Amino acid sequence: MPSAHDEVFRTLADSTRRALFERLCQEGAQTVGELTAQSGVSQPAVSKHLALLKHAGLVRGRPEGRHTRYRAEVKALAPLIGWAHQMTRFWNGRFDDLEDLLKRMDQ
Amino acid sequence: MSHSRSVIVEREFPYPPEKIWRALTEPHLIEEWLMRNDFKPVVGQRFNLRGDWGGVLDCEVLQIEAHKSLSYTWNFQHDDAAFNLQSVVTFTLTPTSAGTRLRMEQAGFHPDQKQAYGGARAGWEQFFTKLEQVLARPE
Repeated sequence: MPSAHDEVFRTLADSTRRALFERLCQEGAQTVGELTAQSGVSQPAVSKHLALLKHAGLVRGRPEGRHTRYRAEVKALAPLIGWAHQMTRFWNGRFDDLEDLLKRMDQ
Repeated sequence: MSHSRSVIVEREFPYPPEKIWRALTEPHLIEEWLMRNDFKPVVGQRFNLRGDWGGVLDCEVLQIEAHKSLSYTWNFQHDDAAFNLQSVVTFTLTPTSAGTRLRMEQAGFHPDQKQAYGGARAGWEQFFTKLEQVLARPE
């Protein structure tokens, strides 16, 4: 069963999509037209990439008149960041036990 | 080489490296702070770490330099891909005036992550570096 995790990674594995996502992270919300202007890919291609980013929860679209502005949903990356946080907690706990063991080894 | 996607935990202990090295490499001592195991300090040696929760980690010794550094793979297979993990754990011991600084670095990727990572290594590293900057910014 593919997890949300996998989809986020698969989606960002494509360098064009990653570049679009990065630009939205760094430059804020933009329309398809604005994104196309600097991306070096056609507007239909940008739209297709945005649809996949949206499906993975990485991007959200908000209609503004005739256009839709897309913004990055950095929170969607939480599961990826979560792995590192969990392991940090785990190792800090292990190091506590190691400290206890080293004390006992003294005696 | 270090990846952006890694966990680093460091702590200084008021003991010489030789003593900490024993805790890292003698099975009965490893069990006391980490997990039950059949570790042997030989490069290429495969062993398991068995957690109290019933999980079993597949490990293989990659590199060993007595009293200085030790690294082994830390892989966890699970039916649910979300729990799969392939990683490498590296312990580094550095003598200090007060004892020894122990550094643990775990660099890892889920299998899908690894596949994706393999296709665009430099891209991923840059991406995570930037990502960390983005996440560090207040909302």
